[in-house]
Amino acid sequence: MQSSALDESKVTLNYHHEAAGHHGHPDHRMFGVILFLIGDSMTFLGFFAAFLIYRTMMPVWPPEGTPELELLVPIINTIVLVSSSFVMHQGQTAIKRNDVSGLRLWFGITAAMGAVFLLGQGYEYFHSELGLTTNLFASCFYALTGFHGLHVTVGVLLILSVLWRSRSKEHYSSGSHFGVEAAEIYWHFVDVIWVILFILVYLL
Amino acid sequence: MSTSAEKIVTSTHDGQKAEHKQRKWQDYFTFNTDHKVIGIQYLVTAFLFYFVGGALAEVMRTELATPEPDLVQPEFYNQIMTMHGTIMLFLWIIPAGAAFANFLIPLMIGAEDMAFPRLNAVAYWMFPIGGILLMSSFFVGPAQAGWTSYPPLSLVASKWGQEIWILSILILGTSTILGSINFITTILKMRMPDMDIHSMPLFCWSMLATSGLILLGTPVLAAALILLSFDLIAGTSFFNPAGGGDPIVYQHMFWFYSHPAVYIMVLPFFGIISEVLPVHARKPIFGYRAIAYSSLAIAFLGLIVWAHHMFTSGTPGWLRMFFMATTMVIAVPTGIKVFSWTATIWGGKINLNSAMLFGVGFISLFLIGGLSGIMVASVPFDIHVHDTYFVVAHFHYVLFGGSVLALFAGIYHWFPKMTGRMLNETWGRIHFALTYIGFNLTFLPMHQLGIQGMNRRVALYDAQFQSVNMICTIGSYILAVSTLPFVVNVLWSVFKGEKAGRNPWRALTLEWQTSSPPAIENFEEEPVLWAGPYEYGVDTEMIDEDSSIEEMLAEVSAEAK
Ligand code: HEM
Ligand SMILES: [Cu+2]
Repeated sequence: MQSSALDESKVTLNYHHEAAGHHGHPDHRMFGVILFLIGDSMTFLGFFAAFLIYRTMMPVWPPEGTPELELLVPIINTIVLVSSSFVMHQGQTAIKRNDVSGLRLWFGITAAMGAVFLLGQGYEYFHSELGLTTNLFASCFYALTGFHGLHVTVGVLLILSVLWRSRSKEHYSSGSHFGVEAAEIYWHFVDVIWVILFILVYLL
Repeated sequence: MSTSAEKIVTSTHDGQKAEHKQRKWQDYFTFNTDHKVIGIQYLVTAFLFYFVGGALAEVMRTELATPEPDLVQPEFYNQIMTMHGTIMLFLWIIPAGAAFANFLIPLMIGAEDMAFPRLNAVAYWMFPIGGILLMSSFFVGPAQAGWTSYPPLSLVASKWGQEIWILSILILGTSTILGSINFITTILKMRMPDMDIHSMPLFCWSMLATSGLILLGTPVLAAALILLSFDLIAGTSFFNPAGGGDPIVYQHMFWFYSHPAVYIMVLPFFGIISEVLPVHARKPIFGYRAIAYSSLAIAFLGLIVWAHHMFTSGTPGWLRMFFMATTMVIAVPTGIKVFSWTATIWGGKINLNSAMLFGVGFISLFLIGGLSGIMVASVPFDIHVHDTYFVVAHFHYVLFGGSVLALFAGIYHWFPKMTGRMLNETWGRIHFALTYIGFNLTFLPMHQLGIQGMNRRVALYDAQFQSVNMICTIGSYILAVSTLPFVVNVLWSVFKGEKAGRNPWRALTLEWQTSSPPAIENFEEEPVLWAGPYEYGVDTEMIDEDSSIEEMLAEVSAEAK
């Protein structure tokens, strides 16, 4: 859109040229991503607050007759997801050394771990005695884990798109790898949310 | 430098810059990333929805002219009442605020565009999509649970209309979140090098506060609506007492967003007023920092007052005391603003043109709305008037008397910048007079109706209220007519209005340093921060509009001394 730079201005001003490309003008995208995550965290805060209000206001919680949640799969899932954050960070360290294949390796593993998490969640849903409408607790369980699972799915897609773009060696470099950083911070965010969710829903 | 700068200035004046890329009218109908195009797109789209919302209001008022439901069925009344509220809030006031923010922020801080232009265009296009989706619910029977959509009512009436309502609010909410990310980043990161945060125009401060509220509040509304949607479609019972859920939880989540939302709907217009008053009173703003920080204070306090909407929802006494106290505390930063504005125009060399008339009109009506706000903040009084026409009067005084009047002040003020042409003054004044008279005739009597106990959200009422309701209805017809001179004025002036030049008001904020309408790149010459945004002297000489930036700079800063 800035292609229209004035002929005249070439002699006079560097103002437009400075701001024109992505080069030379500061990159605010990471700031934008962080703002987005602040907003997104408020959605979870809303869900968590609702859950906590139910928990404290209802005479019996979980409502009578709610089957115990199986813990084995979610614990494995927690371990997988939390460690995937560390795995992913290796990828960023690699690209800071300009090591694109390292980035691809670590990000590939992270995506696989994310997929394992989703499969585990699917397994849990499939074998659970709870149905979406069994009672209020069950509905909360599915709404919270489901909304989080949606975030994990988006995260996996983000990682896959980083992998796709890094096919060409030039796409990411030590100096320019916003996509890598954005995917990573998002993934850490989803990770932290999971830990809170796990404590709230499974342990409390 | 000066010679070539002058050359550009001259070339701007004859033949509207042949060597520049021209703005085409098609740009306004496409996915364009220029913040100025997006600003106009927001404004015009929002105004079209204002017509729909206004037409629905007139149907309601016509129905309410008599106690019996004779014009429309009560069920249909509830539907248009819901649609009127939703349209006015989500398709008119909030997008209109975004319109000014888009058009003005980059110009005011000397930036070339928003931080994320493409995201900006995405945010805009979600708005008409969400709006048309909402309109489409007329085909299946719109929602009828009010703009608040409280369950369990929203779970039993107009199922598909309600679901469409939820989806469109989710789309519109996401659009505002994307917009707010852009506003915050642009304001904090893209100011020209010389402009520190305390020399940026107050409109930017108010948009900073607004965007913060959008970012923190809207996601919680989204969470509530997602759960409501589950209840509606999937048969869960988060909010349905019949299945063990709790409707009060919805109310908490809803108002956690929607009280801040009333500030989302008014803070941008506070910002506009802070720009308009000093220019037309030729006086520095009184209490720059007080106004700036009070926006932040209002935003913060706005997050901890939500349960004042729930005084009659079984909220425990101690909690009601807490929310009553925090709510009343908001009167302090709000009062600071009103006093600062009054002090700004006090003793000024006031030019009572249309922009200023709407500005002063805003102060007077917002004051009434603010005072009735303190009344309903008090628990014992609110228990009496909750859900009556007193509340309807109160929020129309702040939303219409406040936000909408300030919005018109903003249009009269920046129309020359947006289009390069002046609006007609006479018609502007007629517009103001009709609006002011019509508004007070419609809404002032509603205070009395409310205190006497007339319920809101009903199509039929006790016969004793008939005569006062008739006054309201007549007032609303005057209001409807009042929009005509405005529309004619705008349409005529866009093509035939007097040429504005770059700075018809001799204003100091940066948007007036560029041509009108601004060049595609915003500033042809690097903008110069020559003075603080409000350093007006009372005795001013006319500035020659055709002078170069350097000459203007010399004159206005001399004036500022
Ligand atoms: C021509 C001007 C207007 C008239 C005559 C008008 C009239 C009305 C009436 C009769 C109601 C319904 C009261 C009830 O039955 O409870 C109403 C509700 C409402 N109006 Fe307006 N109004 C006007 C402009 C506006 C504007 C400009 C806004 C906001 C910017 C607005 C926001 C609302 C809201 C939020 C509601 C509440 C809807 C609900 O209860 O869910 N109105 N208005
Ligand atoms: Cu409120």
